Amino acid sequence: MTMTLRALAGASLTVALMGTASAQTTITVATVNNGDMIRMQRLTPEFNALHPDIKVNWVTLEENVLRQRVTTDIASKGGQYDVLTIGNYEVPIWAKQGWLMPLENLGADYDQADLLPQVAQGLTVDGKLHAVPFYAESSMLMYRTDLLEKAGLKMPENPDWDFITDAAAKMTDKGAGIYGICLRGKAGWGENMAFLTSMNNSMGGAWFDMEWKPEFTGPEWKKTLDTYLKLMKEYGPPGSSSNGFNENLALFQTGKCGMWIDATVAASFISDPKESQVADKVGFAPSPVRKGGSNHGNWLWSWNLAIPATTSKAEAAKTFVAWATSPAYAKLVAEKDGIANVPPGTRTSLYKNPEYVKVAPFAEMTLTAIEAANTQKPSEKAVPYTGGQFVAIPEFQAIGTAVGQQFSAALAGSATADQALAAAQALTTREMTRAGYPKK
Amino acid sequence: MAREATKGHKAAVTFLAWGVALLIFFPILWTFLTSFKTEGEAINSHPSFLFFDWTLENYETVNQRSDYLAHFWNSVVISVGSTVLGLIIAVPAAWSMAFVPGKRTKDILMWMLSTKMLPAVGVLVPIYLLARDAGLLDTKTGLVIVLTMVNLPIIVWMLYTYFKEIPAEILEAARMDGATLSSEILYVLTPMAVPGIASTLLLNVILAWNESFWTLNLTAASAAPLTAFIASYSSPEGLFYAKLSAASTMAIAPIMILGWFSQKQLVRGLTFGAVK
Repeated sequence: MTMTLRALAGASLTVALMGTASAQTTITVATVNNGDMIRMQRLTPEFNALHPDIKVNWVTLEENVLRQRVTTDIASKGGQYDVLTIGNYEVPIWAKQGWLMPLENLGADYDQADLLPQVAQGLTVDGKLHAVPFYAESSMLMYRTDLLEKAGLKMPENPDWDFITDAAAKMTDKGAGIYGICLRGKAGWGENMAFLTSMNNSMGGAWFDMEWKPEFTGPEWKKTLDTYLKLMKEYGPPGSSSNGFNENLALFQTGKCGMWIDATVAASFISDPKESQVADKVGFAPSPVRKGGSNHGNWLWSWNLAIPATTSKAEAAKTFVAWATSPAYAKLVAEKDGIANVPPGTRTSLYKNPEYVKVAPFAEMTLTAIEAANTQKPSEKAVPYTGGQFVAIPEFQAIGTAVGQQFSAALAGSATADQALAAAQALTTREMTRAGYPKK
Repeated sequence: MAREATKGHKAAVTFLAWGVALLIFFPILWTFLTSFKTEGEAINSHPSFLFFDWTLENYETVNQRSDYLAHFWNSVVISVGSTVLGLIIAVPAAWSMAFVPGKRTKDILMWMLSTKMLPAVGVLVPIYLLARDAGLLDTKTGLVIVLTMVNLPIIVWMLYTYFKEIPAEILEAARMDGATLSSEILYVLTPMAVPGIASTLLLNVILAWNESFWTLNLTAASAAPLTAFIASYSSPEGLFYAKLSAASTMAIAPIMILGWFSQKQLVRGLTFGAVK
């Protein structure tokens, strides 16, 4: 009996010692639950085959939980994460705080010059990349070719809002459950405000003037909100004030929407016959402009991998980040899951690959949309900020969401457009004053 | 006549009780049903109740993608650990407050309760810093300690009210017979208060199991319980309701089964006094 016990104890001790002998570096990667990230997680064994000394732990969280979680950890130097998935809104703000490690020398095969310049620019602070793009998206118009034809219309090369309104009216057939246009209505800085800020940019408007005074009482926002409310109330689906990206995606895929203006990444979902009932009837066009205008107000969003300055495993983290955003990773995905599934919007080479262009009918429009996005000068007016669908200041998350709630209320009918704009002006002025703007 | 009125009254109450119960249970039922739908079916604007193609693919995906058992084990350790630790502290505390109250006992009780009135996020940074310096971030030990402290006021209050109903004379009699303090608590008080302690225990296991603020904020990879498992299935881009429902169903199933088995004790402990 005692013998057996001793033998057991000895065996387990040996096992324990063996465990420590082949010690690996374990890195923790925090990410969101989007298709491309899940694929990256699934391909981890391929990374391990190349780097057996690095073990990767995954923490997948809901976007807002992730943001809160990671902010707490970085701000308090908790050091729980070695690789972060963050948006291009956070990268410049966090980099300026000194929270992110600059990324240099990502390896001989990395080909940094291949990164799309518009995307890389948003991640560059003081001339250095502080995050590398995993995938990126802009916005565009997606529409049903069959419904447009039935309405007797032809999509112009650069549709304007008047055309959109006209087309929405003609495509709507409420009896058949078809709504001319589906747009985001759910309140949130990354939900309805992403769309409305872009739309307002296309109308020639801006969030702030050079003195950081909000512009909600100006004519552009009025025009934006009026057009939006008319489109949504007359030709939009019922209950649209709670529709976000996912809800509209579901509506479009089941044939309920004539047009939808949203993230370019949606194009691959609605053209996938496995998921979408209208896969063979979709067309793509640039985001609408105002009559005679040229600013599409395209947004630019990228999900990026960054390394927090608090990590103690910077080398291993860098190895992983370089792998996941390298041309070799794109090749790996193409081999395993088909080239259409390569994370979009980050590398020029992907869009030059004839194979990709063949399987992804939306590739050209996606690239055009990304290239047309101007994060350094989002508005036609002179503005003191950069951004696009957001204003790149730390206060924007809170203000954007509060304004989004006002506009969502106007859509739901519990406030008029003028009331919502006045409330937006008042609350933004208050928050900006409190935050100490204009900063000298 | 009177008898009939009672009958009608009874039927109405039964009907109402069933109505309320169904209303409360419906979201869980809906989650359960959604977990067997395809993603497309889950967001259908004309949802079907029972007549859809039942599929197990969501459970398959969830099991492939995450390590359910690891999260489950973390949840068990954290909820049971924090409850047991809480009881060890709370039984003597409640005993002293119930049987030898001092001048400030009422104030202490109120003060303990008042800590529950503070929004948790208000102390996130200090607790995070403490956990960081103690090396307790992303450890089960850290979570057991934090959840013990979070739930301690509730445990003490519940036990205090149960103990208050036990006649002090019984304990006095035990003392007269020569029982020491520890044997008085262990052999006289505890057996009498078993229903109360049992329901306190169960309620706290449930509270700790469902606690999502601290369990999400203080963990990363290794100590993440089922709350983190659920949180990983929500997505900003792409359809996720069916998979999220499958993950939720898997996360709540153990605690629901525990609840069913212990229903009697739970109801008895929550509604009756300690001594009947």
